Amino acid sequence: MMLNIAPADLQSVWLTLKLASVVTLLLLLIATPLAWWLAHSRRWYKGIIASLVALPLVLPPTVLGFYLLLLMGPHGVVGELTHALNLGRLPFTFAGLVIGSVLFSMPFAVQPIQNAFESIGKRPLEVAATLRASLLDQFFSVALPLARPGFLTAMILAFAHTVGEFGVVLMLGGNIDGETRVLSVAIYSHVEAMEYDAAHVLAGGMVLFSFVVLLGLYLLGGKEGKR
Amino acid sequence: MKLSQSRVLLGALLCGMMANTVYAGEVNAAVAANFTAPVQQIVAQFQKETGHTVKLSFGSSGKFTAQIKEGAPFDVLLAADEKNPQLLEKEGLAVEGSRFVYALGKLVLWSAQSGYVDDKGHVLRKGGYNKLAYADPKLAPYGLAAKETLEELGLWNAVQGKLVTGESITQTYQFAATGNAELAFIALSQITQNGKVTEGSWWIVPAHLYNPIKQSAVQLSAAKDKAAAQAFLTFLKGEKAKTIIRSFGYDLP
Repeated sequence: MMLNIAPADLQSVWLTLKLASVVTLLLLLIATPLAWWLAHSRRWYKGIIASLVALPLVLPPTVLGFYLLLLMGPHGVVGELTHALNLGRLPFTFAGLVIGSVLFSMPFAVQPIQNAFESIGKRPLEVAATLRASLLDQFFSVALPLARPGFLTAMILAFAHTVGEFGVVLMLGGNIDGETRVLSVAIYSHVEAMEYDAAHVLAGGMVLFSFVVLLGLYLLGGKEGKR
Repeated sequence: MKLSQSRVLLGALLCGMMANTVYAGEVNAAVAANFTAPVQQIVAQFQKETGHTVKLSFGSSGKFTAQIKEGAPFDVLLAADEKNPQLLEKEGLAVEGSRFVYALGKLVLWSAQSGYVDDKGHVLRKGGYNKLAYADPKLAPYGLAAKETLEELGLWNAVQGKLVTGESITQTYQFAATGNAELAFIALSQITQNGKVTEGSWWIVPAHLYNPIKQSAVQLSAAKDKAAAQAFLTFLKGEKAKTIIRSFGYDLP
C-alpha cells in the first residue's frame, strides 16, 4: 500500500480526529442528562423531545446542513445572535462544524445511554435511597457504573459517526484547509477531481478505521454482555 | 355497433402509440449544473417540435465523465468545459467529431446585497468583506476561471484567508445567496433571466482576465445510432437554441 499522503490530507486526518473528539466530549455532557430525563420522565411532551432527538436519523444530512447554513447565516436567528455577541459567524468555521456534528450525532449518543438507564430500572436506585444515598450520589455511584456499556457504545458511535459524516460538513464547511476540510470532504474532492490514488489512501484508511471501531464495539459488547 | 366502434378506436389508438414508439425517441442527457435553466427551456422547445423526450441529469462535468467511464447510461454530455468531452473522445467513449462548443461561459463577481459590488470590481481590492466564495478550481471550470482572475489581478495571495470553496458553482451560489459569503465568483447564467440580472449586485469579469470557458457538448458512443440524440445536438446548434442560450448571459463561439 502506498503511504505517500500529502500534507494537506494529513491535516484533514488530524482535523477530523480533533472534530470527532470535541464532538464526543460535548455529546457526553449533553446526552447524559437528556437521556436520564428521557428514561425517567412521564411528561406528555417526552415523545416530542425524543422525536426531535431522533430526527437526524431520518433527515438527509444535506437538509440539516442547509437549514443550519440558513440559521447561522446573517439572516438567520442563530447568526444574528452570534453576531450580536461579537462571536462572528459560524459557517465556514470549526465551531460551526462542531455544532452541526453535535446535532447530527445526537441520537447516536442519547439512545444507547437512554437504553442503559432504562434497563437499570428503578430498583437499584430505590435500594440506594433506602441506604440514604442522595440523588446525586444515586446517580454517580449507582446509575453511572451500571450504565457503563451504554456510555461506551454512545462514545464509540458518536465518534465514529462524526468521522464518517459528510453532508452536514460539506454544506457548512466551505472546504477550508485546516479549518473545515475534514476527511470525508477531502476524499470527495479527490474522487471528483479523479485523483483516485490520493482518494484510495484516505478512503482505504477510513474503511480500515471504521472496521476496527465497529469490531471493537462488538467485542466489547460481547464481553459486557457475559458479565 | 358500439363495440365495433370502440374496437376501431382502440385499433387507432394502438397504431398511434406504435407510430409514436417508432418515431419518438428518448434522450438521456447529462448536463453541467450551470446550464440547468437554459437547457430546460431548450428541451421544452425541442420536445414540442420533434416529439422526442429528453431526460435531464444535472451535476458536475467531472463526475459525469467518471460515471460515463463506468458505463453510466447517458446519450449526450453537455459539459461545462472542453477538457472532459475531449477526454471521453480520446478514450473512445464519445463519437469522434461530434464535439462542439455550445456556449461560452461568463464569470461574474456577485453579491446578494444590492449596491455591494461596483461595476469595476474594485470591491475585491478594497477588502472589507469576510468571505469570498468560489468553486473548487480542480472540479469546476468557473472556479478555475475565478482563480485565474484573482491571479491576473494580483490578488490571489491577498484573498487566501477569505476564500471558501464550494464543490460546484451551485453550492458557491448558495453560500452567497444565504449571505454567508458577501462575495462569490459564479456563472452569469445563474443570476440571469431573459437577458437581465435580477438580484443583488455584480461585476461581469472582463474576458481577458481568464481563459475562455468553452462549454462543450459531445455525443456518447453508446448512443452512436440513436437518432433522437443526434437530433437533440443538432437542435442545440440551431438558432432557436442560440437565442435561449444568449438570453441567459452566455456568449456564443
